[in-house]
Amino acid sequence: MQALYAQLLVGLINGSFYALLSLGLAVIFGMLNIINFAHGALYMMGAFCAYFLLNIAGLGYWWALLLAPIAVGIFGMILERTLLQWLTGLDHLYGLLLTFGIALIVQGVFQNYFGSSGLPYAIPEQLRGGMNLGFMFLPVYRGWVVIFSLVICLATWFLIERTRLGAYLRAATENPTLVRAFGINVPRMITLTYGLGVGLAALAGVLSAPINQVRPLMGADLIIVVFAVVVIGGMGSIMGSIITGFALGVIEGLTKYFYPEASNTVVFVLMVLVLLVKPTGLTGRAA
Amino acid sequence: MTSITDTTLPITPRAMRDEMIVFVIMAALLAIVPWTGLYPFFVMQALCFALLACAFNLLIGYGGLLSFGHAMFLGTAGYCSAHALKVWGLSPELGIIVGVLGACALSIITGYISIRRQGIYFSMITLALSQLLYFIYLQTPFTHGEDGIQGIPQGHLFGFLDLSKPTVLYYVVLVGFLAGFLLIYRTINSPFGEVLKSIRENEQRAISLGYKTDQYKLLAFILSGTLAGFAGALKVFVAQNASLTDVHWSMSGEIVLMTLVGGLGTVFGPVVGAFVIIAMQQYLAGFGQWVTVIQGGIFVACVLTFRRGVVGEIAHLFKRSL
Repeated sequence: MQALYAQLLVGLINGSFYALLSLGLAVIFGMLNIINFAHGALYMMGAFCAYFLLNIAGLGYWWALLLAPIAVGIFGMILERTLLQWLTGLDHLYGLLLTFGIALIVQGVFQNYFGSSGLPYAIPEQLRGGMNLGFMFLPVYRGWVVIFSLVICLATWFLIERTRLGAYLRAATENPTLVRAFGINVPRMITLTYGLGVGLAALAGVLSAPINQVRPLMGADLIIVVFAVVVIGGMGSIMGSIITGFALGVIEGLTKYFYPEASNTVVFVLMVLVLLVKPTGLTGRAA
Repeated sequence: MTSITDTTLPITPRAMRDEMIVFVIMAALLAIVPWTGLYPFFVMQALCFALLACAFNLLIGYGGLLSFGHAMFLGTAGYCSAHALKVWGLSPELGIIVGVLGACALSIITGYISIRRQGIYFSMITLALSQLLYFIYLQTPFTHGEDGIQGIPQGHLFGFLDLSKPTVLYYVVLVGFLAGFLLIYRTINSPFGEVLKSIRENEQRAISLGYKTDQYKLLAFILSGTLAGFAGALKVFVAQNASLTDVHWSMSGEIVLMTLVGGLGTVFGPVVGAFVIIAMQQYLAGFGQWVTVIQGGIFVACVLTFRRGVVGEIAHLFKRSL
């Protein structure tokens, strides 16, 4: 039973990364009509940012949690202003190709300087050790990742679905021209939205740095799994992305326990099943 | 949905004549390669990728479907052929058939699943399916995991063409490439190809005109996957190995890049693109990961400033269809 709980916890942690990343993808797709292939690379940049902050500036984990998403978010906004904004009105596919190119550049540059091996990042002092819950031993840091991601996901949901800013955002997704007529600066909102989505990816990167090590290609394979998560959940609803992300993480964890050979492939197999049964995805509208 | 190419004009006799002239020039240039001192291995490799990119272009350029997982057909056909040649000891022609059939079967299954969604979702699904296959090949014993299948015997094609001689192998690969190229050319100018283009332009309208668009898309997917498999089977004889690199997502990305550089939806673009990218990899091999960075840069530059690609720009300049 101990092993089952441990795998469930690993599943929940992976699920929180899936949720944070697919949430960002959904928000970006809503506003920019772009599937951000660079999301995995920006997640990796978040982790590297934490690493640099610690080893160059001497700023620890808590600063990284605040500064890395801001720094990578600004980098994302520069990308949006200089490159992505020119895609308005073009076929969706060009957005995918452009961001794929950006991902190759970013990952290639980091690989040149840091190779392919992992760099260690220590768990912050306050979150070391573990708790005995009676039925299992819970490492504090892992529990923290799950709870903190959940809080961030729900906060993002609240921001978009329940605040005035979120209402503008949703309105601009539906009809940007009309929203501009009301005097709202839609291009700036698009830039900020991309920054927000990218910031969420960087935050996931910082959270994963102490668990998965900091590697240039840490986001490359992850992003493909997240694409499958997005296909399963659909990009129509924020809450849908969060729930699908966590649920698939848990299913992956359970697979690791019951049939470890399939743990790499289970998300993709589920995607195939969902496509056969309900082609529009679990929560999505027709694309 | 805006169109991704601007070659929407129906084929005219003049355009067809132009294209046949270019085809003959291309075939003649490729036929004299063994006497030019060019490294034949390089040209053979480029020809395999050119056929692969042409097969990919059939889907994106004429059907509007961007497959981000075409490496799975290349790799699957490679593994099937390699296994048939090395373990079963089949003759080269049967080995090729096994590889092509493997890719064909795979394309029927993956096509049936992926055409259920359009546009951007289609790309994500094909990418996820190829990743699924990558993990399967990583674990199944017949692919030999990380090592791949090495030292594949080349044998005698039809019993008398000795494929271990570079010149013979070169002409076999060239004939295979030209045959595949002509088949694709015939397809895009057939009534089937015209329906495919109409689906690219406006799928709803094609449905309202009574076309069962899903069947057309599936057939195009199968044809494209099978031809990509043919390229993969030929590549086994050139490289004499089949490995996981051929199934990896980065290979799928390279196929997209070749077609994008040459020109999406142009007849000759993928061939030009394949030669450009393979040559670039050859000359920049010493620069390590900078090759990836340069490829990424080409992607960005092509999408932002050069969407028609090399051949597309030339065709646009001379107002011809190429």
